[in-house]
Amino acid sequence: MSLRDKLSEIKEKGLADIGQTDDLKALNEIRVHLLGKKGPITAALRGIKELTPEERPEVGSYANKIRDAITEAVAQHRDQLETIQLNKQLAAEKIDVTLPGKPVAQGQPHVIQQIIDQIVDLFLGMGYEVLTGPEVEEDKYNFEMMNLPKNHPARDMQDTFYLSKEILMRTQTSPMQARALEKHDFSKGPLKMISPGIVYRRDTDDPTHSHQFHQVEGLVIDEHITMADLKGTLITMAQNIFGDKFDIRLRPSYFPFTEPSVEVDVTCFNCMGKGCDVCKHTGWIEVLGAGMVHPNVLKMAGVDSDVYGGFAFGVGPDRFAMLKYGVDDIRDFYLNDVRFLNQFSKRGN
Amino acid sequence: MKVSYNWLKQYLDLNMPAKDLAEKIERTAVEVDSVTIAEDGLKKLVVGHILSMKKHPESDHLHICSVDVGEDEPLQIVCGAPNVDAGQKVIVALPNSRIGGNVKIKRSKMRGVESEGMICALDEIGFSKDVVPKEWADGIYVFDDDVPVGEPIYHYLGMDDPIIDLDVTPNRGDMLSIIGTVHDLAAIYDQKPEIKKPSVEEDQSLDANAEIKATADSGLAKAYKLRVVEGVKIAPSPTWLQITLWNAGIRPINNVVDVTNYILLKYGQPLHSFDKDKIDGDIVVRNAKKGEKLVTLDEDEHELSPDDMVIADNDQPIALAGVMGGFNTQIDDDTQNVVIESAIFDSFHIRKTAQRHVLHSEASQRFERGINPDGVEDALNEAVSMIKQLAGGKIAQGIVTASEYHPELPVISITAERANHVLGTSLKLEEIKRIFDRLEFPSVEHGDTLAVTVPARRWDIHIDADLFEEVARIYGYDNLPVTLPTGRQTIGVLTSTQRLQRASRQILEGIGLTQAISYSLTTDAKAKMFLMRDSEPTKLLWPMTQDHTTLRMNLVSGLLDDVAYNHAHKVDDVSLYETGRVFYKDSADQIRPEEVEHVAGVITGNLTDPAWNNHVKPADFYLMKGMVNQFIVNLGIKGEIAYSATDQYPEMHPGRTANISIHGHNVGFVGQIHPQIAKMFKIKETYAFELNMQALIDLPKNDDQYQPIAKYPSVKRDISMIVDSETTNDEIVAVMNKRGGAYLSAIRLFDVYEGENVPDGKKSMAYSLTYVNPRETLKDEVVNAAFEKIKKRLTADLNAEIR
Ligand SMILES: [Zn+2]
Repeated sequence: MSLRDKLSEIKEKGLADIGQTDDLKALNEIRVHLLGKKGPITAALRGIKELTPEERPEVGSYANKIRDAITEAVAQHRDQLETIQLNKQLAAEKIDVTLPGKPVAQGQPHVIQQIIDQIVDLFLGMGYEVLTGPEVEEDKYNFEMMNLPKNHPARDMQDTFYLSKEILMRTQTSPMQARALEKHDFSKGPLKMISPGIVYRRDTDDPTHSHQFHQVEGLVIDEHITMADLKGTLITMAQNIFGDKFDIRLRPSYFPFTEPSVEVDVTCFNCMGKGCDVCKHTGWIEVLGAGMVHPNVLKMAGVDSDVYGGFAFGVGPDRFAMLKYGVDDIRDFYLNDVRFLNQFSKRGN
Repeated sequence: MKVSYNWLKQYLDLNMPAKDLAEKIERTAVEVDSVTIAEDGLKKLVVGHILSMKKHPESDHLHICSVDVGEDEPLQIVCGAPNVDAGQKVIVALPNSRIGGNVKIKRSKMRGVESEGMICALDEIGFSKDVVPKEWADGIYVFDDDVPVGEPIYHYLGMDDPIIDLDVTPNRGDMLSIIGTVHDLAAIYDQKPEIKKPSVEEDQSLDANAEIKATADSGLAKAYKLRVVEGVKIAPSPTWLQITLWNAGIRPINNVVDVTNYILLKYGQPLHSFDKDKIDGDIVVRNAKKGEKLVTLDEDEHELSPDDMVIADNDQPIALAGVMGGFNTQIDDDTQNVVIESAIFDSFHIRKTAQRHVLHSEASQRFERGINPDGVEDALNEAVSMIKQLAGGKIAQGIVTASEYHPELPVISITAERANHVLGTSLKLEEIKRIFDRLEFPSVEHGDTLAVTVPARRWDIHIDADLFEEVARIYGYDNLPVTLPTGRQTIGVLTSTQRLQRASRQILEGIGLTQAISYSLTTDAKAKMFLMRDSEPTKLLWPMTQDHTTLRMNLVSGLLDDVAYNHAHKVDDVSLYETGRVFYKDSADQIRPEEVEHVAGVITGNLTDPAWNNHVKPADFYLMKGMVNQFIVNLGIKGEIAYSATDQYPEMHPGRTANISIHGHNVGFVGQIHPQIAKMFKIKETYAFELNMQALIDLPKNDDQYQPIAKYPSVKRDISMIVDSETTNDEIVAVMNKRGGAYLSAIRLFDVYEGENVPDGKKSMAYSLTYVNPRETLKDEVVNAAFEKIKKRLTADLNAEIR
């Protein structure tokens, strides 16, 4: 048998061995054996000395080809075996993906905070500044400067917690109108502000009343601010908070600090305007009060009411939250049952 | 005010459904509480004629009636009313009818006798007991004879009249009357109703001013007028008048009293009728004297205060002026001579008296909001004419006038330019004038201006803004353009404080705490807990309940209330935070407290739900500390955060509470709620922190700078030691920091152990130290030398045994 035939035989057997192996370790042993210094090819090539110098290069090159073929066959077969092994492993690693994920600790903003933030962000975008003021207020700011002198009948509309004759828990965020008007320098530009905060009323807590709740006051004063601007601003707010499908209507009302005064209704959430028990079959739900700032309020704050004027509005985030989410008891907002609070986890509203 | 649609129709041409009218009123004038038609929901109620009646054999109070209901055969109906009798025309609920309260009436047997329906009392068909006349209060209602048998009852009881309940705002007292409402609707619908001035047929033989004298302080009663009618015969009012009153929610009494109430509804002018013969001498309007008492019509006795305004005769008070009449001078069945009073009482006095005596009557409600000065005499005149017509008698000649009020009518000049400037409209002056024509406000054009005279019946209007409101509402708010403010630009940004407050909330939520909003008003005891500084409590003068008397001086106690609420509802795991104000006072004399922003948190139970592969550890001190520390770190406050053990808070666990300071400023505390306090609140083991948020806002912040990441590898060395149990982590870390050399960059405690293999009174502490040189690769020899130095110092300074 010629050396070349011998090499061919080694190759055939080697390839056959490789093909039959189903074990990576065995495959490696075959490779080491075939290609190693003590392997059959090396052994066979010892016989090269007996060949003529002309024949040697050809056989040598043939041997290298065989080595390459075996190397490649091993590599190919290894890939195959590895794939098989990986598949086996993957099959063994199968889990029940329907088991629940690990709980993650996450806190939620209070639902009223979410409403307030939404209002604040909207008005920031429209160029309003955010002002906050004291919760313990002077009668002067809470009532007198809001055109509610002592003995004014409308004071009875707001039962008040007093600390003394002149000091009280603010019943509304409106005193921030007076405080802002007093401070503002109109030569620097118009006054556009909103003021969120807690207010207090001497009420018995029940599903629709709370002795503590929230308000957001809005105020815009400049040389030419109209009731049409108020209407546009309120529509923008209603649609931003509740959705584009909501409309508003203005109704005449009475607040001592605005004239004209309006109450603002928004399309009923429950029936979208068709009429239902929630809206007393009117299709509308009252959500806020507003109006054109009363000249007396401007005058008392030292603002020239012949030159400056504008609008004010007061929003109740508690009421907004109740309407938006269908919460039927205002006390739920202040009891802080975590099962209640954690429901409001939807973000990006 | 409950307004009858049918009554309005006597003046105005209205043919829209009542609901549409109500909507129009709402959009243009005042709020509408409800529109109700009494017959809605009722079925098969007809007029029946009791042909005959006999006693029920098995009962001593039931009767068996044979009732003609307009069908071929009379019905047999069993009736238990005490006033039922043959010959009466009555309300019959036929078989399968529906009466008040959605009750169905079927054929039934009553003690063995078949009853084909029911004879009804007024309250059984939906009337409020408050409006049922005394005559019919304890039995069935009996119709006048002229009511046709078999017809539905509704029309004959006014139950087909839509009643529009107006919720009148304090400024629109004029709408608390039919005439006022008619005026407003006339403007809205552009109609010209005819409102007749009443005429009086006086009897020349009687002189009112000779019959009675009256005096009044015009500060108490701007107008005070009386008329006298003699020789009346008291009887029930005709049905139409009774219907008018009960539909307005007023109980019919008798022909004289009913007339005064009818006039009140029509004019908005409260009247009062006295039995002239029960008055001792003359009438005076005055303040009550100390110690005086008065029994009012509702038979309640009131102790009067000198702030109360009374009508008195020579002897004693006979009425609480403008609020309620006196029992001792009331009209009774034998009254023959009456004095009718029409007045304008001072609204402030009325309001205070109504509040003091808890008597909010139809009259007081109107006096509080104001009275039309033009209507005082008209109302009085129409009243006596009606009394004469319904009760007979002679009207004495003349009006007894104690005081009189005819205010000068305001004339307000406006321009179209100014109206449009305020409203955003583009109305022409003639359009505006048209609106005032519709309102029947006389107006005169002078070039660009319109001088508008405000009639006395609209006493709420004083300034141009009031007129602009009239223009806007009659023009229609729906017709206003929709725009946004224009003009000089402003920048809407949060202040740095507001940004920090918003970030605070986000940090705490990211850590796993949910925002709570608790009550600021709490009990005195809770207000004083967890006091971070000396302070007196701020108390309400007149709290509503014992639970909310005092302003909080801490946030933690409110959060503990929240935990307690959750525990009471079987929720054991609670992690909450709150931001808000606490209220401090330096002394009890200080009235107005200082308001300071705080932030606080509580955790109890598990932070996450235990689950199949989640073995949670319940909250402990170190979890709470880790949270509060992360919070402060995120705020980027300059300086070292230090924790020192404290037992200064009696409500906190004395061995598990730390004061927190930043750069030497105390900012709050963290720790475990004292077990006794926890027990008091009925809560489980709970951890809390509270920080002075205002202090955190005010403290200087780190510069916005970044530290380059070291390019050279760091080297770690672990050290384990045994130290005295009393030795604190802070002490060990302080030594390591002081002696650690230039390249020690981090110290991390990774194990603390007490127990087996550690001697009593000792503990094992293990730290991982990281060394790094930002400029070159650290050599082992350098690290070793530094590490050895630390070991030596720990041994020397803290008696540590290095392992
Ligand atoms: Zn609805």
